[in-house]
Amino acid sequence: MSKVAMDRLAEATPQRLARGVRGLSDRALAWIFVGPTIVLLLAINIFPLIWTIGLSFTNFRVNRPNEDIRFVGTQNYTRILTDTDIWLSMQATAHFLFWTLFLQIVIGFWLAWLINRKFRGNDLWTTIIVLPMMLSPAVVGNFWTFLYQPQIGLFNYAVGFLTGQDPSSFSMIADVSLAPWSIVIVDTWMWTPFVMLICLAGLRSIPDSIYEAAECDRASPFRQFWTITVPMVLPFLMLAVLFRGIENFKMFDLVVQLTGGGPGSLTEVTSINLKREAFEKWRTGYSSAYAIILFVTVYGLAAIYVKALNRVKQR
Amino acid sequence: MRGHLATLAAAGTCLAGIGLSTASASAADLTLCWAAWDPANALVELSKDFEKESGHKMSFEFVPWPNFADRMLNELNSGGKLCDLLIGDSQWIGGAAENGQYLKLNEFFDANGIKMDDFIPATVVGYAQWPKNTPNYWALPAFGDVVGWTYRKDWFSRPELQEEFKTKYGRDLGVPANLDELKDIAEFFQGREIDGKTVYGAALYTERGSEGITMGVTNILYNYGFKYENPDKPYDLAGFVNSPDAAKGLEFYKALYDCCTPPGASDWYMSENIDAYKSGQVAMQMNFAFIWPGVHADPTVGGDKSGYFPNPPGPNGHFAQLGGQGISVVANTDEKDAALAYIQWFAQPDVQKKWWSVGGYSALRSVVEDPSFATSQPYAQTFLDSMAIVKDFWAEPAYASLLQPMQRRVHDYVVAGNGTAQEALDGLVEDWTEVFEDEGKL
Repeated sequence: MSKVAMDRLAEATPQRLARGVRGLSDRALAWIFVGPTIVLLLAINIFPLIWTIGLSFTNFRVNRPNEDIRFVGTQNYTRILTDTDIWLSMQATAHFLFWTLFLQIVIGFWLAWLINRKFRGNDLWTTIIVLPMMLSPAVVGNFWTFLYQPQIGLFNYAVGFLTGQDPSSFSMIADVSLAPWSIVIVDTWMWTPFVMLICLAGLRSIPDSIYEAAECDRASPFRQFWTITVPMVLPFLMLAVLFRGIENFKMFDLVVQLTGGGPGSLTEVTSINLKREAFEKWRTGYSSAYAIILFVTVYGLAAIYVKALNRVKQR
Repeated sequence: MRGHLATLAAAGTCLAGIGLSTASASAADLTLCWAAWDPANALVELSKDFEKESGHKMSFEFVPWPNFADRMLNELNSGGKLCDLLIGDSQWIGGAAENGQYLKLNEFFDANGIKMDDFIPATVVGYAQWPKNTPNYWALPAFGDVVGWTYRKDWFSRPELQEEFKTKYGRDLGVPANLDELKDIAEFFQGREIDGKTVYGAALYTERGSEGITMGVTNILYNYGFKYENPDKPYDLAGFVNSPDAAKGLEFYKALYDCCTPPGASDWYMSENIDAYKSGQVAMQMNFAFIWPGVHADPTVGGDKSGYFPNPPGPNGHFAQLGGQGISVVANTDEKDAALAYIQWFAQPDVQKKWWSVGGYSALRSVVEDPSFATSQPYAQTFLDSMAIVKDFWAEPAYASLLQPMQRRVHDYVVAGNGTAQEALDGLVEDWTEVFEDEGKL
């Protein structure tokens, strides 16, 4: 059927064009196919990146069209790297990143391990567990502010019920010691299912024959877990860490909705800080340098990580 | 004859065509951009008269307050053509004027007999002039607004509460005469059971993301002696922004936040304060005057149940934070004539009078100085008293760069409890000095 269609297409092709195409090498044909994609990538990724690098060495402000653009050398970079507020913002991001990854990996793997065991209602539970990740982060942020509300919030009520503490005696998003955890809890609630799904794929890819062989060798379940399950799921886990790490490094919407970066600047992660520099203060040159520093950080860390991931896969 | 008739018919058709095309050329589609709030809805109603009179069609783009500045400044900076008319925040005027984003209106005002002397002086300086206190006009004062206080008159007038208050504080429970009295009242109500419900003292501005806590804390700072700069030497900040008196003012705001706000009120601005008040959570709320018509009309807390008072004086002054906006013509508009026609129409005394009657706070003196104005609404006198004591935040082109550090420093001290008030204001001086150095003003 498809051959007939191809024949028809060949017949319908004008002779001149057909002769031209016939004369092309495989390499030229490949370029024709990937060319549009490369042009698109250059236009929407590479060109803006180069432009941003250029802007990062200037004092340009997009809201001052009448001002002269001055080359300031590495001044923007020096100011950013010596600005204590930006380091505080990096610290807030690191705290958020570390704890969300840690909790999501531990809980996600545990959930996957549970779901992987065949039991009644398995599919239903899987669907229920993955529901949070289907919601919009802005919506999640918004409704968790209600859950965290000291007077009417379910979260405070539950904590009060379990600990006997007065629910209105603490505020998750206003208390300095609790606010960083409030965003960790919500992100973990929302994205643990994603890690679980990746781990589940890893667990289901392990052939039963390996466990059967281990049982023949009288390996205990504990030993099977540490010598079969964990090593074979590790590449999947590492992939989950990579995805979630990149996502959480640029976390914005959820935190804005929940705490707005407060109290003070305690939860002002780098993306919020960058947005304020770029689109509230309109320091375009400065924020371009900031964006480049963040890009290099994420790219560098991701490159090292991907190398480690490849090494684990090869084992 | 038939030939003549045909010629006449053809000529008639041509004339009709010309007439139609002229009509369609003069009828413009105007888009007015503003924040999404009650006064905007009132303006939609009011503008129907303009549509009838001018034949122009009005469209509206309203953006919720937390996103208003982001959305509109983005629009102005990108040279967008969404808005022909913009009722922009008072602090934008410097940037919009210097960057050529608003049309200068001096010639238009002169040509059409619109005099700035006819408007409340504070609104002219705050909403229309750049540089401040010079006769350069970039907007027509459109909506007068100021931070004031709303209180539960029905709770204040309960005999048992009045008696208890008098025993405790030795004076009547009523409108506070100064900030200390305001705090006493807030403390008195904090955690009290009223009609079987726990209530709290006051709802304050504490919002971190946009401008909330700055718009709140300045009401106290001004009255304790905070000044933006040396009155004799512009941009000289040290000793004025961070004077010991200013630090005491900041300490007072924190004390008020710590003692007397509802649990979780750490990121509250206009709408959260309204909600807390209308749901019977708080005895008093700090908020802009624009909410008063809505409070008065509210079935639960409206009518005689609520009262209004201006921001109380402090030990070193009596001021209130200016709100409100002027209406400007966006320089990029393709409908300049129609946009100017709207401003001309809006400036008319009759229209301004109607603007007040539908819920808009007119800034026209003939409206607010009318003998019947003060008694026209229960909050009208408070509005007049408050407008007489206004002070505004920086309106420099770099206002956002000045606002952000203030939001951060103040929230960090008041809500997060980090450091001291003096450290917060010292840090603010450093931040603002850096901004003015970058701007080439220092």
